[in-house]
Amino acid sequence: MLDLTYDMPKPKIIAGAKHDWELVIGLEVHAQVSSNAKLFSGASTAFGAEPNSNVSFVDAAMPGMLPVINEYCVEQAVRTGLGLKADINLVSAFDRKNYFYPDLPQGYQISQLYHPIVGEGEVLVELGDGTARQVRIERIHLEQDAGKSIHDMDPHMSFVDLNRTGVALMEIVSRPDIRGPEEAAAYVTKLRQILRYLGTCDGNMQNGNMRADVNVSICLPGAYEKYQETQDFSHLGTRCEIKNMNSMRFIQAAIEIEARRQIAIVEAGGKVDQETRLYDPDKNETRSMRSKEEAHDYRYFPDPDLMPLEIEQGWVDDIQASLPELPDEKKSRFINDFSLSDYDASVLTAEAESAEYFESVAEGRDGKLAANWVINELFGRLKKDDLDITDSPVSPAQLGGIIELISAETISGKIAKDLFEIVFNEGGDPAVIVEERGMKQVTDTGAIEAALDQIIADNPAQVEKAKVNPKLAGWFVGQVMKATGGKANPKAVNQLVAQKLAQ
Amino acid sequence: MSDLNKLGLAEARDALRKGDVTSVDLTNACLSAIEAAGALNAFVHKTPEIALEQAKAADARIATGDAPAMCGLPLGIKDLFCTKGVASQAGSGILEGFKPEYESTVTQNLFDAGAVMLGKLNMDEFAMGSSNETSVYGNAVSPWRRGNDDAQLTPGGSSGGSASAVSADLCLAATGTDTGGSIRQPAAFTGITGIKPTYGRCSRWGVVAFASSLDQAGPMTKSVRDAAIMLETMCSHDPKDSTSVDMAVPNFEAMLTGDIKGKKIGIPREYRMDGMPAEIEKLWGDGADMLRAAGAEIVDISLPHTKYALPAYYVIAPAEASSNLARYDGVRYGHRAQLAQGDGITEMYEKTRAEGFGHEVQRRVMIGTYVLSAGFYDAYYNRARKVRTLIKKDFEDVFAAGIDAILTPATPSAAFGLGEMTDADPVQMYLNDVFTVTVNLAGLPGISVPTGLDAQGLPLGLQLIGRPWDEGDLLNTAFALETAAGFVAKPGKWW
Repeated sequence: MLDLTYDMPKPKIIAGAKHDWELVIGLEVHAQVSSNAKLFSGASTAFGAEPNSNVSFVDAAMPGMLPVINEYCVEQAVRTGLGLKADINLVSAFDRKNYFYPDLPQGYQISQLYHPIVGEGEVLVELGDGTARQVRIERIHLEQDAGKSIHDMDPHMSFVDLNRTGVALMEIVSRPDIRGPEEAAAYVTKLRQILRYLGTCDGNMQNGNMRADVNVSICLPGAYEKYQETQDFSHLGTRCEIKNMNSMRFIQAAIEIEARRQIAIVEAGGKVDQETRLYDPDKNETRSMRSKEEAHDYRYFPDPDLMPLEIEQGWVDDIQASLPELPDEKKSRFINDFSLSDYDASVLTAEAESAEYFESVAEGRDGKLAANWVINELFGRLKKDDLDITDSPVSPAQLGGIIELISAETISGKIAKDLFEIVFNEGGDPAVIVEERGMKQVTDTGAIEAALDQIIADNPAQVEKAKVNPKLAGWFVGQVMKATGGKANPKAVNQLVAQKLAQ
Repeated sequence: MSDLNKLGLAEARDALRKGDVTSVDLTNACLSAIEAAGALNAFVHKTPEIALEQAKAADARIATGDAPAMCGLPLGIKDLFCTKGVASQAGSGILEGFKPEYESTVTQNLFDAGAVMLGKLNMDEFAMGSSNETSVYGNAVSPWRRGNDDAQLTPGGSSGGSASAVSADLCLAATGTDTGGSIRQPAAFTGITGIKPTYGRCSRWGVVAFASSLDQAGPMTKSVRDAAIMLETMCSHDPKDSTSVDMAVPNFEAMLTGDIKGKKIGIPREYRMDGMPAEIEKLWGDGADMLRAAGAEIVDISLPHTKYALPAYYVIAPAEASSNLARYDGVRYGHRAQLAQGDGITEMYEKTRAEGFGHEVQRRVMIGTYVLSAGFYDAYYNRARKVRTLIKKDFEDVFAAGIDAILTPATPSAAFGLGEMTDADPVQMYLNDVFTVTVNLAGLPGISVPTGLDAQGLPLGLQLIGRPWDEGDLLNTAFALETAAGFVAKPGKWW
């Protein structure tokens, strides 16, 4: 199999008043682990339940309650690590991150500061223009989500919903390898795609099941290369962390506006403070979340309620063996096996379900034709009805049937579109529909000739003009198609028209 | 039979099985004793209805011949254990009115084995204290007095209510918990037996946490045999506690042969502290002689890192406590302060915790917060963890060298008077734990056995420290010591 090869993208440059500036970006993506139960309790993780209905005694931090690790969540983290080609740490440990907030009942979040379960990995981020960047993953650790505080239901009181409390999150930390807002969005998109392939996170950003903290700093051109050589962060600017972004659009806008804010500060002779900021999409600005005086000291220490998490290599190997084909491999295979363009292969492999659909259609048929039909006709039609590929009324077998009819020249491409619409709306076997509704292409030259002769006889003036100007032959083709209800084989019609006009 | 409340577990069990008494009789005797012992302030939540119901059920079980180990035996339960539907406050104002919807694994094990709960026992707030004086219920009082002096004495802490109640025969036995000596020190102060098993033997699920890596439950009883019987029921592997060990629990009582011939008993030289009272020194020497007379070999040993144990303990335990107690924030249960106009969440936390926690708890939360804070973590918490590893290794080395058990004093003195330490430096109070904290840091089993009285007639105890998971052997050595010491003194009833 061919490896996909790409050029390195250029870093985004923002022109300041005095200099050009480059961006350096690292992301911490919080991905909710797909699991029925929480990380340390048996409570359900179902979204949209009545407030405080999915809460165990452990989640509510009742006195004397103790956490017990959910093995499935560990398996999901390992699967994710393997999917990101990362090192799996056979021994990891849980730490407590201490802070007070009403939606954090224990008064600490159980996380993995010192010994995360997954170490270094990498993600290939394609930018769709023939360039791609290899973004290094620093680590992935498991941690508990917090609950939800609701401040706008009552003028005097705040409400707390603990349904989300204790749900397992994977925090996926990248190195500062990302060089622009578009790259950041492409990275999150790629990560989301891989996690969805793996089935370890549903990637639903709207529900907050995937969100990102974005670290942004600026530097002068050339400084980043020095950092790369030395891995010494002092070559880079001071970073600010923009918290809790749950849309690709906001991620890009926030990075851009934050970079511009930092550039303005530095160019005015000031210093960027390392701090946590929030993005306000309404005003398109970032704001400091808390002052230095309020800066948290999380007092991390190993959670004494939990033993170190020890897993066995054999178990990791079993998970490795059960991994599905991942996007990069699938895309590469599609390009090789079905002669697809990079673009078409990317579109088809964006979701595992669409890739699977395409493969069933393409198997034993014309791959390129199948790709065109899936991308242009099927996706377009599904989008019109706001349907997912998994809800497609046209099955791969039905679409495959249509493609076979085209390849066999039983129907024309134009008729095929009508046929597709019929199958989409009414269902049925495409071959039977073509037969029953007389949609077969007319390849019988006798019938076409008769129709053409009639047209020639009826339009002597047109014939004369066309003899002088061969471009007008198209008019006769159109007339024949009209007369045969579109079923005439266009190739045969073209040939006959050319013959007759040449006489 | 009269004075049924004065029976121990083994005697009462045998009498129940023979049909000489009923559990209802035993329970009523204890309930009467409790009613008459208000001055001891040992029972802080009484549950006579539950007790009598459980007693009747136990009698019915015994009648059918189904009499598990603890069937029909009335117990007191330390307030640190969550007991379903019954106030469980950990001796703290912050858990005012808290009645859990669940039963701790240890108490459930006891009730499954037919035990009867008389009520909840006084303790230092969140088990932080050595005199039971930090309790929101006021201090428990020892039934013992110095000769004819009527000054009130501490029963020790933190399981002071348990010690007072067992010593004064208000119950047949009681549960305790031990983070730095909270079973063994009060047992020694009140002339009873108390064992802290190996860390992981008893489930911590449903026991209000003080310092998770040190906390263990254990029985406080009138004899070593009783301790063996009750401990066996309390121990279990609990999937709900990740630190609970999946290991078979032996029949501890069957291991009480009293035969310790050839056993090697270590006497650690580092436990001979400067200024140790002569009485304690003599008690210790006498204990060694008794064990030698019973056929054991007495060996001088060294546990070189002993002197660092107390400081390490007073870093690790408060660090864990500061985090474990963060959940008491007034949001979901327990006490919440009245707020003033304009108060926000920070004021709610501050006022609630200032009102709900007593001074000693506040002190330890602050110490714990400090030692974990940025810039101090390595100097305090990490260093304390390293010390802990060394202390553990000290013990591993002597056990590897063939030592079967280690004999030490249980406490540096006999019980002191209530209020006597009020103005002292808190470190003076912490010194009470000097012989016991090493055992918690190393996760080992330790037992306190009463072996003598001081010049004022107050009980003194010796501690035996055993190999991990070898409580059976430790209990047998303690049984031999108990037999040789023949300690039978009881406090004169003044309450």
